[in-house]
Amino acid sequence: MMKHQAVPVKVYAAVFGALLALTITTVAVSRLELGEYNFIAAMTIAVIKGSLVVMFFMDVRRATSRTKLFVGAGFFWMAILLVFLLSDYLSRGWLPSPRWL
Amino acid sequence: MSTLLPFAQTETRTNYLNADYGWKSWLFTTDHKRIALLYLFSITAFFFVGGTFAVGMRVNLLTPEGIFAHDTYNKLFTMHGIIMVFFFLVPSIPATLGNFLVPMMVGARDLAFPRINLLSWYLYIIGGIIALTAVVQGGVDTGWTFYAPFSSTYSNTHVILTAIGVFVAGFSSILTGLNFIVTVHTMRAPGMTWDRLPLFVWGHYATSLIQVLGTPVIAITLVLLGLERVLHAGIFDPAVGGDPVLFQHLFWFYSHPAVYIMILPGMAVISEIIACFSRKSIFGYGFVAVSSIAIAVLGFLVWGHHLFVAGQSMYASMVFSLLSFLVAVPSAIKVFNWTATMYKGSVSYETPMLYAFGFIGLFTIGGLTGLFLATMAIDVHVTDTYFVIAHFHYVMVGGMVMAYLGGIHFWFPKISGRMYPEGWAKFAALVVFVGFNLTFFPQFILGYQGMPRRYAHYPPEFQVLNVMSTAGASILAVGYLLPMIYLAWAWRRGPRAPQNPWNAKGLEWEKSPTPPPTFNFEEQPVVTEPAYNYSGEKGEVEIG
Amino acid sequence: MADSEAVLAAHEPGLRHHFDDSAQQFESSTLGMWVFLVTEIMFFGGMFGAYTVYRNLYRDAFASTSRFMNLPIGAINTGVLICSSFTMVLAVRSAQLDRKRALIVFLILTLLLGCVFLGLKYVEYHEKWVDHHIPGPGFHYADSRYFHQAQILFFLYFAMTGMHAIHMIVGVGLLTTLIAMAARNRFSGAWYTPVEMIGLYWHFVDIVWIFLFPLLYLVGHT
Repeated sequence: MMKHQAVPVKVYAAVFGALLALTITTVAVSRLELGEYNFIAAMTIAVIKGSLVVMFFMDVRRATSRTKLFVGAGFFWMAILLVFLLSDYLSRGWLPSPRWL
Repeated sequence: MSTLLPFAQTETRTNYLNADYGWKSWLFTTDHKRIALLYLFSITAFFFVGGTFAVGMRVNLLTPEGIFAHDTYNKLFTMHGIIMVFFFLVPSIPATLGNFLVPMMVGARDLAFPRINLLSWYLYIIGGIIALTAVVQGGVDTGWTFYAPFSSTYSNTHVILTAIGVFVAGFSSILTGLNFIVTVHTMRAPGMTWDRLPLFVWGHYATSLIQVLGTPVIAITLVLLGLERVLHAGIFDPAVGGDPVLFQHLFWFYSHPAVYIMILPGMAVISEIIACFSRKSIFGYGFVAVSSIAIAVLGFLVWGHHLFVAGQSMYASMVFSLLSFLVAVPSAIKVFNWTATMYKGSVSYETPMLYAFGFIGLFTIGGLTGLFLATMAIDVHVTDTYFVIAHFHYVMVGGMVMAYLGGIHFWFPKISGRMYPEGWAKFAALVVFVGFNLTFFPQFILGYQGMPRRYAHYPPEFQVLNVMSTAGASILAVGYLLPMIYLAWAWRRGPRAPQNPWNAKGLEWEKSPTPPPTFNFEEQPVVTEPAYNYSGEKGEVEIG
Repeated sequence: MADSEAVLAAHEPGLRHHFDDSAQQFESSTLGMWVFLVTEIMFFGGMFGAYTVYRNLYRDAFASTSRFMNLPIGAINTGVLICSSFTMVLAVRSAQLDRKRALIVFLILTLLLGCVFLGLKYVEYHEKWVDHHIPGPGFHYADSRYFHQAQILFFLYFAMTGMHAIHMIVGVGLLTTLIAMAARNRFSGAWYTPVEMIGLYWHFVDIVWIFLFPLLYLVGHT
């Protein structure tokens, strides 16, 4: 049976606080001129926030391996879409265009 | 080997068919077996609709100038494709045989979510009605692939309505997949470990993974297409800054895995049939099971082979080409394993086995020609020709539809409680085989010689092969009509079947009456032996 | 169904007949919800893909549109959703501990926060409408160099936030149903599965926004 003990409110409150703090951080960082790193910083913070929600609020931290596998697979599949899409667009100039195009 | 009891068995026992009467008991059922029959009816109806469009096309192609206006012809091939892909092939085996058998094969009383199963069927019907409305209102002419910017900007036909119909049917597909995945994970009977599951279940599990991971992408793509049609913001229109190739990427991200949604259940059926009619366990069970998953996963990595000439980068094209070669490997593994199963088996030639033989041969041809198409240097010449059409009809019709017919015959006794007429069935199988090859083999030649697809007319030198193809189509049509007639007859008048006419292994045959009661088993089965235990080995009892 | 099963079913709240016991049912519901959320990841993923492509293709146009994104509203909305996830998780915890009143209070709070989000979204959309930034025949863009690209980017903005908003509206509807069920004593410490499942859904919608916010409002914002 998958029911666990109730999580103490303290834990949830800490995660909640972290999420708000990270939101403030990400807005602050966006005001700095970091060039390419703006994007990387924003995405990193978003991934951390998302992970906190998944692990603590959605309780994946204490879930079965199977649940973790499905969660991971979902994000992995979206990554497949994005990576392969980008692999086309970013590599368009790398090799000469074939004669039929 | 087929065994009919020498005396008639009177059917006084309550089963899922006579448990309740009246239209409400069918339209509001949550019994997966009844839902499977609801699907069987509706899918067959759509097969007819899609087939009618094909008849129109083949009649048009009897002469080089054709008989239909070109716009009309465009609508014919579009609607043939849309109906056949989305409303026939994708749901076919999973929604009928899968729905009926997956719970029984894992030893459960029903699927995990019976009401969602019924919802799935209603969504399918609603999507179908919407699509048929579009047809009746004048149809769509974009090709089933809905390529932009024609579909998003220039076509004057009912694109949005059709897209909505496909969208809704897509949700039906997602819910079926979701139901199967959860059922296989959580509802297996005691002792039914993953390595004892029939390969039919493995195949449907893999199919469900694809349905769940791929269908949402075409759903959102159709939403974006519909919005674009209304707003003309330009997301897919090059004249206003958009990229039509993006549409193709998003479309094929689903539609390539979709072809594996279509073939994996067929392969799943073939595994069952071959094991039974060779009286032997499937050779390399583990390899076949893992190959199903491998096909599902690798199938998501190859969609760019549809974009070789669309303007995709050469680099990406080469990667997709290599991966497309890789995805052929697990399919080949299955074909070798089926063949090895028959070797030194006790092979008999009942109708399901005839269809299985046809499947192996025709699927192999279709699959190998897929490799030709995965080779960029060849694809450049034969893309958008009848070579491609022949390729996918060999796998879809020569493969999938034959598997479907084989499966329907194999489990007909279980589903209906009666036997079909074996003589007529064998004859029909032969007619299908001859008709199919006569229809589609000439198309390989036509394509190779340069006849483009989706053309309403063609140069006169192609006429002979086209006439052959149309002649084959008329024979094929007879081959499809025959089972509809004799199966309908047998449903009412066929001799009553014993519980296990094929003496097959499997919970659905051995532990469940024919036809099954509403909750499938009289008592919960406990599994103690491996799948396809035709050699009678004793297994260990593993509970939980 | 055997007699023992009937007895079991009579005692286990919410148990449906095709399941062997409520543990199996709970396991199925949880896995089912997660599989559904995976489909949602892929559904939004398609739009994230389109967005990624166009942002890459039209970097300058993207930078130019970013000043029209209402960062204060976006940031406040992010905070609102995070708060609503907190109240949601407290609602599930209340159900788990059989505290009916707390459950209803937290569900109502979650609902209200969701409505605040939607209200702010409406304000934002209205502002875009006034600025003629809604794609379609009425679209205007100040910088004529980027007219077409900007329209595509605003199209994606509306598609992504609009689809998110639709999911929020569905969530609000689900929460309303939960509140009604809770008020009628349908939940107990032994069975509160719908609360937990809808909680998962709500958190997922929050996560989508956690990614939408930086992508649409923060990056390119110099």
